Amino acid sequence: MQGREGGLRLCCCLGKGKEPPVRLGWKGPRSPTPALGCLPPTQGTSRVGAARGSSASARGGDTTAQQPRARLLTAGRGGHSPQLSFFSPGWRLTAVPEVLEQFLRQGRLSALIWGLCQQHSRPGSAERQDALLGRIVCLPDLVGNSLQGQGPAVFFPQHYFPLLGGAVLQVLHNVSTSLRGGLDCSVSFVSHILGKVCIHGRQKEILSVLVPQLTDLTKSDCIWQRICWRLVECVPERWMEAVVLGFVQRAPGADVLSRLLGNLVVKNKKAQFVVTQKMLLLQYSYTTAVLQNLLGYLSLDGLRRALLIKVLQELLETWGSSSAVKHSPLEQQQYISKAILICLSHLKEPEIESCRQDLLTSMMEGVKCHLDSSLPQVRRLGMIVAESISSKINTDGPVLKFQVKVVVKFLSVLAALPRQQGSDGTDSFWLVNTDCYLTGFIVSHCLHDDDLIPYDMSEDKELKKTKAPVYIRDCIEALTGSEDLDKWEEAVKALESLVRKNPAAAREVSVELAKILLHLEEKTCLEGFAELRQKAQVAVLTTDPIPVAQYLTSQFYSLNYSLRQRMDILDVLVLAAQELSCPKGHGKTKHSGAQNPGTQLLPETGSSKDWRRIVDERIKSKTRRFAKGQSHVEQPSGPNEFNSLAGHFFFPLIQNFDRPLSTFDLLGEDHFVLGRLVHTLAVLMYLAVNTVAVTAMGKALLEFVWALRFHTDSFVRQGLLSCVSSVLLSVPAERLLLDVTEELLETRSWLEDVVEKDPDGDCRRLALQNLLLMENLKKKLETAPS
Amino acid sequence: MAQPAPDPHFVLRGAGAAVHALQFSCGGEEPDVPILFSGSENGFIHVWNLKTHRVDAALDGHGRKSVYWLKTMDGKARLLSQGRDQRICLWDLAEGRTSVTDSVYTENVGFCRCSLLKVAQGRWLIATAAKALEEVQVLELPSKTSVCTLKPEVGAKLGMPMCLKLWQGSCGSQPSLLAGYEDGSVLLWNLSTGEVLSQLICHQEPVMSLDFDSEKAKGISGSSEKVLSIWSLDEQQNLQVQKTHRLVNAGISDITIRPDKKIVATAGWDHRIRIFGWKKLKPLAVLDYHTATVHSVSFSDHKSPTDRLLAAGAKDHRISIWSIYAQT
Repeated sequence: MQGREGGLRLCCCLGKGKEPPVRLGWKGPRSPTPALGCLPPTQGTSRVGAARGSSASARGGDTTAQQPRARLLTAGRGGHSPQLSFFSPGWRLTAVPEVLEQFLRQGRLSALIWGLCQQHSRPGSAERQDALLGRIVCLPDLVGNSLQGQGPAVFFPQHYFPLLGGAVLQVLHNVSTSLRGGLDCSVSFVSHILGKVCIHGRQKEILSVLVPQLTDLTKSDCIWQRICWRLVECVPERWMEAVVLGFVQRAPGADVLSRLLGNLVVKNKKAQFVVTQKMLLLQYSYTTAVLQNLLGYLSLDGLRRALLIKVLQELLETWGSSSAVKHSPLEQQQYISKAILICLSHLKEPEIESCRQDLLTSMMEGVKCHLDSSLPQVRRLGMIVAESISSKINTDGPVLKFQVKVVVKFLSVLAALPRQQGSDGTDSFWLVNTDCYLTGFIVSHCLHDDDLIPYDMSEDKELKKTKAPVYIRDCIEALTGSEDLDKWEEAVKALESLVRKNPAAAREVSVELAKILLHLEEKTCLEGFAELRQKAQVAVLTTDPIPVAQYLTSQFYSLNYSLRQRMDILDVLVLAAQELSCPKGHGKTKHSGAQNPGTQLLPETGSSKDWRRIVDERIKSKTRRFAKGQSHVEQPSGPNEFNSLAGHFFFPLIQNFDRPLSTFDLLGEDHFVLGRLVHTLAVLMYLAVNTVAVTAMGKALLEFVWALRFHTDSFVRQGLLSCVSSVLLSVPAERLLLDVTEELLETRSWLEDVVEKDPDGDCRRLALQNLLLMENLKKKLETAPS
Repeated sequence: MAQPAPDPHFVLRGAGAAVHALQFSCGGEEPDVPILFSGSENGFIHVWNLKTHRVDAALDGHGRKSVYWLKTMDGKARLLSQGRDQRICLWDLAEGRTSVTDSVYTENVGFCRCSLLKVAQGRWLIATAAKALEEVQVLELPSKTSVCTLKPEVGAKLGMPMCLKLWQGSCGSQPSLLAGYEDGSVLLWNLSTGEVLSQLICHQEPVMSLDFDSEKAKGISGSSEKVLSIWSLDEQQNLQVQKTHRLVNAGISDITIRPDKKIVATAGWDHRIRIFGWKKLKPLAVLDYHTATVHSVSFSDHKSPTDRLLAAGAKDHRISIWSIYAQT
């Protein structure tokens, strides 16, 4: 039964099965009719002699697939081979899968592979191996193609590949036994199978069988470990990536990965590239667990640790590159930051010592370009990573400390880190809980002790000596001349309500007040100072809009203001515009707009989100919905005070953006202020809905957008897209088509471009929303009777 | 959520000037009406009827000089008052009389309130700051004979006495005097030998007021700073600081422990009355009613515990009456 050829040996294997091969011979004719029934009509009439060729061509050039199987059967039938050509193709199409199914079910696959592992270096064996490899790996495809997807379930990929995995495992067991018996054998054919399966995208199926088993087997057995290492090392270059990816993603832990792969990354260039470059720097879709596997694997062996340091340096280089910060998507930056944090946690003291200077340099660069970004998430990310690096490299010296609140998502990363486990994540949470529990206990204990229940003492605050000023002019005096800090604080607190109470008195000194407030600096540590000042500014602006708006907008572009002050101006303009455009039912709700926490545009509350939220809400409110909502509450109506003022707020701001001053360059370094300006314009534009100036404003704004459309900062681009939304929503559709057609068409093509190419996800989303808005407008115009 | 602090039970208006001293007299049986004496800055002592909340009588005996200490001797018939005219007057108020029957000229120009202790039936001791700057004099009443003069050592530099507390341990032990001085220290004097038993520096600023619980041998003192100090007296007659409590605002003008030793009330310069549990000095309530410095706090001596009241007199001419923790 020892066949010489592969095909022949396969027949021997078949012959070894329980059923004699003869049965194959007459099993076919038993069911010719149903087999014929499943043939396509063109084949039913074709002659038997031509069957092989015609069926192959009918199946889309699958000749190679059919031939060996035919040969296989021919060989299997031995002396009866001439009979085969008399079988109808219908018969073959049922018989062959059945034979194959039996072949698979009886575990012959492993015997076949094992046979190939034992004998090598025969002449011509390489081609045979290749051919068999193709057959084994592609069997589900071949069968599926031949039978039009109606083959037995065992040939479905989700069943076949685990089966193949089992066979591979069986072979590896044989290899292990034979190695222990002192016999040499090769696993290269198995590696080929593994590689080819993986490159065909069946990693999940085969590795879900292999990895758990191998994890167990390699736990304490060094022969198994060596077999495993050999198995992955023998995978050909072209399939290496798929195999490594599969293992890294599926290994339950770094130690397991280390046992399975050995020092593959050191020996194999391709694997090294995949692990140290591709998975870390080029791709960013892997989960944190995969990252931890990967970097943990690198850290577990002396040879690989060198790679770990190299990887860290490369990661830091990317992290610290301003172009990467600017152009790569936020998700990728998060991924790289995670990788850096994990790397850091694996580094040991002497290793840090050796590269401390490098780390410091890249940290400094990275912090600089992260803090430069106008997206708050990016800044926060930079701060978190920099803090970790700093605490890692400065064991005794001062460490960098930003007061960032670590995002919850990030905490989970930290919590999972091997060394920081407990101290950062779950444990602290637990501590908080026990703390609550303890205080609760103490309180109840006290109560029990002397039965006296305390009253609320929250009002017990420090007593203020000075009284709040009663007149606006007193406030001005206290804010400008006074050295008495208590008086100053009281004045800051009282100013807003004073202005609201006495609009007439406020109008007399409005510009002076605006000037004082704009230059007002925090003299004492007054809680909520920024908010108080902003509210007062808004109150002044709404009380006497035209002169104050003129003053503020002119100051926005003048010399010697800090960026903070310029952004304050923008915030105040927006809040005031919002307040003015709100319909007021009665006097009481007059400044509810300013007090509404949702509309606070203070920098502390992550204002970019607020900006966008406002615009998003607007878009949402304009979207038609097919659901029954609650009854619409009648809004109090009244004249829009913003109508006559919109231009005063809007046009001075849009005029001078391209004229750099010595201290203020909107188009250069100060792109953050530009971003805020753009967002401000978007909101002003929106609030100007139904006003007279709206068309002119829209036209100007679209021109402005056009000039800045290729700005590198995504925050600015987001603002520009919001501007477009506002224009589309505010300007009446007819006016849009009549007066700003050109601009609209230009904008449209730009939007399409953004949707496809912009690296920032939010930009793409906004652009898509804009396109939808345009479509809606178009539809509306088409349906409207003209 | 804790309950909001209660409002005053009622408020007595019409004292006509800042109120500096308060003294309840509510222990009498029916038909005696409960009475509150108050001493004002304008020298009047008002007798408040706590049933009608009206002034029954206004006593004028200190030459329109501020009255800053009041104490009854055995019921409401006899009242001691101390005024800025440097006199301590004994009033006979029985059967509607309103006359000064006796007076002591102390020659002291400070603000130190006296302290009265009943040592036997018909025999009292009164401690008062004396003419000399650092001295305290103890007299026997009603005979007005000097028991002793307590003089600190030369060079002790304690400053003026600011507050006094005469007390006597149980089972007839010798009466002692606790005195708080201008330099922030509290001294324990032995009256029979006239010697200092113990000295404790518990404040950086003058001790404005103190009270002592002889049962627990524990006292509390307040000063013009933000700290309340609790100290105890051990068997060796040594004063020791037990703990300090930090206040929100500086300045305590009066401290009183309720007779049942359960709670303590303080009168604050920040216009607020604070209530603490006496056991652990747990803050219990902050009573915010007055609009100026509270000068005096006093607990009533009602027979029935549930009737007990707390009175506070303030610079805003008002006396607020509170019913707080009366059930316990």
